[in-house]
Amino acid sequence: MSELVVPAQADAPAAGSDVMVRAEQVHKSFGPLEVLKGIDLEVRAGEVCCLLGPSGSGKSTFLRCINHLEKIDAGRIRVDGELIGYRERGGKLYELREREVAAQRRAIGMVFQRFNLFPHMTVLQNVVEAPVLLGQEKKAAARERAATLLDRVGLGDKLGAYPAQLSGGQQQRVAIARALAMRPKLMLFDEPTSALDPELVGEVLDVMKDLARDGMTMIVVTHEIGFAREVGDSLVFMDGGVVVEAGDPREVIANPRHERTRSFLAKVL
Amino acid sequence: MKSDEATTVRARPEPIRAVPVRHPGRWVAVAVLAVLTAMFVHLLTTNDAFNWSFMVDKMFRPPIIEGLLRGTVLMTVSAMLIGITLGVVVAVMRLSDNPILRGVAWLYTWFFRAVPRLVLLAVFGNIGILWSRIEFGVPFDTQLGQLFGIDNLELRLFGFSSRDVLTGFMAGLLGLALSEAAYMAEIVRAGIQSVDPGQTEAAQALGMGRGQLLRRVVLPQAMRVIIPPTGNETIAMLKDTSLLLYVPVSVELFFQLDAVGKRTFQIFPMYVAACLWYLFLTSILLVGQYFLERHFGRGHGSAGRARLRLRGMNAETGGTPGKVEP
Ligand SMILES: Nc1ncnc2c1ncn2[C@@H]1O[C@H](COP(=O)(O)OP(=O)(O)OP(=O)(O)O)[C@@H](O)[C@H]1O
Ligand SMILES: [Mg+2]
Repeated sequence: MSELVVPAQADAPAAGSDVMVRAEQVHKSFGPLEVLKGIDLEVRAGEVCCLLGPSGSGKSTFLRCINHLEKIDAGRIRVDGELIGYRERGGKLYELREREVAAQRRAIGMVFQRFNLFPHMTVLQNVVEAPVLLGQEKKAAARERAATLLDRVGLGDKLGAYPAQLSGGQQQRVAIARALAMRPKLMLFDEPTSALDPELVGEVLDVMKDLARDGMTMIVVTHEIGFAREVGDSLVFMDGGVVVEAGDPREVIANPRHERTRSFLAKVL
Repeated sequence: MKSDEATTVRARPEPIRAVPVRHPGRWVAVAVLAVLTAMFVHLLTTNDAFNWSFMVDKMFRPPIIEGLLRGTVLMTVSAMLIGITLGVVVAVMRLSDNPILRGVAWLYTWFFRAVPRLVLLAVFGNIGILWSRIEFGVPFDTQLGQLFGIDNLELRLFGFSSRDVLTGFMAGLLGLALSEAAYMAEIVRAGIQSVDPGQTEAAQALGMGRGQLLRRVVLPQAMRVIIPPTGNETIAMLKDTSLLLYVPVSVELFFQLDAVGKRTFQIFPMYVAACLWYLFLTSILLVGQYFLERHFGRGHGSAGRARLRLRGMNAETGGTPGKVEP
């Protein structure tokens, strides 16, 4: 199912609905520091794309560009065919209004390294909050679905607990359920397991594998090579703000073509 | 076998019976303080100028109680309510992306924190000298009219006599509330900035707008930082209502006590009465503040409060036996 990654044809016009994320020549600078120097990336619907790279290579920044938490300086990002952050009309770009950006973000779930659960709300409230506030669901229905989602991530018995009362692994699973409650088309994970104690990593990865099996399109920044090899449909190695190498995860991990990829993999394996 | 060993290990050593360190300095201090207290009591009871019976007789008279209820208590509550509301607005403006809003907010806090309250109140109380009427409409209307050759052009929407509206209570309220808003804006801003930026990001990533995430995610968490200094502000406000004497606001505690003192040539007893009244009122607020801070000091999801809520929630949903702690 996952052998359809053909890097050579990445520039070919997208076959419409098939492509979920398409980034073209994405540039981003913070003041004088150019963090992204022309990123091209394509993720098809239902694919899991793993993003690897050394610290400071711009992985988080790129991920944050996809849901417009950061404004890009040049290039285009499309999610499900829709340009992110801008409207193109007559060859000109118009910035989207805040509410339009917010509407685009609703279709893109994000999971953070440090969970970022709302500490003043219970687990259930964390999951119910956004769908109800944003008028996607009635309160009763949202509660029911939240309970189902939490059950699915193995936290059906923690609905009334506060985030501070949970372990890191449990918090991260709540964060995943919270993102899923918005029924996203795409999920972004920024090092979801790197703030966790080693024995808690597995439970979060299991939830993510489950999600991948259900056909969720995912972009995962991770140092978990095992996860990339087992679940990933494509692997992208970034360094210094550019994509150094991309391809089938097993292929890239087994025989990296670039020296930089090789030395990085030698360190994390 | 093993229990024998345990008892010998656990056997309590003999309690310590040491001679405590002596503190001769403490006894000297107590003696000195006792003498000073005696001198103070002597002062209070033997000097006729205190005129205690006169003071007790006057300090509960109806005009004074009315001044206390309206000019002090009601004024404090109203000025704080307006001050907090406006303060949140100014704080949000100050943190906005819009440079104009930021600038206006900065100017506002700068002005109202730089001018002393007493001076501000005197200005608001006498604004009627400047304009007898306050009107809203197109600015520079007469001047603009002359440019186009129209004499006495007046484009006014509505207006009112400043002597009717901006006197006494309203002028005082405006002065106190506007100045309070400047201080509250700084407090609210500090509170908002104390919340982890990751919270805003998570809310944004879920698709919440700025207003929504502020209301539902950021402000509730900022409360922990905002509440304690707001208590202090309320106490300061209660005391500052005495400045209304300079507006002047006549239905006010200190104005009334001062007036009685001047009328009867018994100034000092009435000032003592003022001290006692303010001590009484601020003490009530201090008790309230103690409980408020104890409540909010428990912090996020800290065990006690969280468990209480958890219990409530389980009760509500029928509860899962075994999950609820006794
Ligand atoms: N808001 C910002 N302002 C200025 N510089 C930033 C900002 N965010 C990121 N950077 C810089 O951009 C570079 C890339 O950061 P980024 O967080 O994207 O790296 P990363 O690949 O995710 O690294 P890590 O593995 O450590 O998370 C870093 O040098 C960082 O200091
Ligand atoms: Mg990162």
